Amino acid sequence: MKEVSQENTSGTPTEYLSAPSNLPKREWKNRLFRTIFATAVIFSLLMLLILIIRIITQGIGSIDWQLFTNFASRHPDEAGLKAPLIGTIWMMALTGPISFVLGVGTAIYLEEYAKPNRFTTLIQTNISNLAGVPSVVFGLLGLTLFVRELSMGRSLIAGALTMSLLILPIIVVSSQEALRAVPAELKQASYAMGATTWQTIFKVVLPASVPGILTGTILALSRAIGETAPLIMIGALTYIAFLPESIMSQFTVMPIQIFNWTNRPQEEFHMVAAAGIIVLLVMLLVMNSIAVWIRNKFQRRF
Amino acid sequence: MLASQEKNTEYEDNTTIETKKTGNSVYKVDQLNLWYGEDQALKNIELDIPEQEVTAIIGPSGCGKSTFIKTLNRLTEMIPSVKTSGGIYYRNQDIFDKKYKVELLRTKVGMVFQQPNPFPKSIYENIVYGPKIHGIKDKKVLDEIVENSLKGAALWEEVKDDLKRNAFGLSGGQQQRLCIARCLAIEPDVLLMDEPTSALDPISTLKIEELVQELKKNYSIIIVTHNMQQAGRISDNTAFFLNGEVVEYDQTDKIFSSPDDKRTEDYISGRFG
Ligand SMILES: Nc1ncnc2c1ncn2[C@@H]1O[C@H](COP(=O)(O)OP(=O)(O)OP(=O)(O)O)[C@@H](O)[C@H]1O
Ligand SMILES: [Mg+2]
Repeated sequence: MKEVSQENTSGTPTEYLSAPSNLPKREWKNRLFRTIFATAVIFSLLMLLILIIRIITQGIGSIDWQLFTNFASRHPDEAGLKAPLIGTIWMMALTGPISFVLGVGTAIYLEEYAKPNRFTTLIQTNISNLAGVPSVVFGLLGLTLFVRELSMGRSLIAGALTMSLLILPIIVVSSQEALRAVPAELKQASYAMGATTWQTIFKVVLPASVPGILTGTILALSRAIGETAPLIMIGALTYIAFLPESIMSQFTVMPIQIFNWTNRPQEEFHMVAAAGIIVLLVMLLVMNSIAVWIRNKFQRRF
Repeated sequence: MLASQEKNTEYEDNTTIETKKTGNSVYKVDQLNLWYGEDQALKNIELDIPEQEVTAIIGPSGCGKSTFIKTLNRLTEMIPSVKTSGGIYYRNQDIFDKKYKVELLRTKVGMVFQQPNPFPKSIYENIVYGPKIHGIKDKKVLDEIVENSLKGAALWEEVKDDLKRNAFGLSGGQQQRLCIARCLAIEPDVLLMDEPTSALDPISTLKIEELVQELKKNYSIIIVTHNMQQAGRISDNTAFFLNGEVVEYDQTDKIFSSPDDKRTEDYISGRFG
């Protein structure tokens, strides 16, 4: 420090730069931090790897055709995933469209129609905060509102509506980002030709932002697939030996079934649970790959 | 009705018959003020813009040229913080009137932006965008509009073999002419151009300048430019803006040879800005 200021007052830049260098120290620091960050990465990757290996070794033996065709059973070797698998698919088929329509609609309104004022700021802040609300709270809401008040019972539709509320904030926020990424010049070009807001949205904004919106929605859905707490709250069953017939049917889903199996004392059930986890992971992987594929295929071309 | 040939003749008829009473001006700007939040960007603007002439707007960066030209088709109101006072009359109608349909104004007043901004669609789709939003569906009519507009923008020869090509594959100068063609497709009455050549090379610039000369036979053109020579070459009238005010507005020859205001003279001779 001292030396530097001396050099400074005495004059030329060359002298300043030829002052005793602090480069070795800076390099050392650089190495130190690189090591710290790399360790963090390796640690988390290692944990993940251990987890996956453990689950696969434990569960791979139980994966067979029966796993998909049998209902839950008291006998581990006969226990299957049929009900929860179909339940989860139903759940996604209902939650997807509901949350997509509500979420994208909200995002479009907020981004393209609403005038920024105190009211819209309030809505915006609330949506962002909702994304951080624990999922049990959504379960409680679903229980009071859908199951009891609207007398939907412990049905698929009650579950799907609860799930939709849960992932709605994520969909709204990610859709808003996708909409905001559409260049203002394109919108202006459309408005400058006498287009209405809706025409501009439909012909310019949506075509450019649909990939981003879909990606966000799929990622949000893949969060919903693994959620257990809210569905336990609204009373999804843990043991059923029938398939849902309508949206008013009772149901169970994969994570609930898995949770139920891991809670049994018998070691064999833990193996079936691990098999269930593998199936669930594969489903998640497929959904996320679709999201990535969409994102890459429609990489912004403007 | 939308083929530009027909419209031109109809338009010429109109000028001889009817619009004399407006003193031949397309726009009459009356005491226009505009604020971005607290900052006033336009101050007491008074301008009469004559029809079928080229009116250039010059002035140093940040003096409000873009703001002014975007107010003429009410694009500035897309920015929430903007407030305006005063009046703008387009063909004798107050465009700020509550009952005035801004969509109709923008059909009559086309705009070309500083950066070429074609849609990420084919050349054909870019041109028919405007006609389609105004309800034209007939393929034959659309084809005709595409051809006429591209010819009008001096781009037809270069692209006629492949109209399905993505507009992003065109050069910058071609993209800008495509944007002009896209405007012509809705058969406007006025063309607003905000520094249409500032992103282009000299040859493309020349092409656009020639095009402006050609277009002024049928359209009233208001063009913002940073380029003094360009204003001198292509415009009939020039308005010199400074800090949100119109310092001087006169025939281009007059402004460039013997301006009344010292500041205009300084700016034109390159002493500031
Ligand atoms: N969206 C906006 N929000 C707030 N202020 C703005 C906005 N757009 C422009 N301004 C301000 O208004 C003034 C005029 O800007 P404008 O873009 O009209 O200038 P200009 O003459 O077109 O400049 P240039 O030659 O650099 O394009 C500037 O002081 C600018 O900072
Ligand atoms: Mg500008």
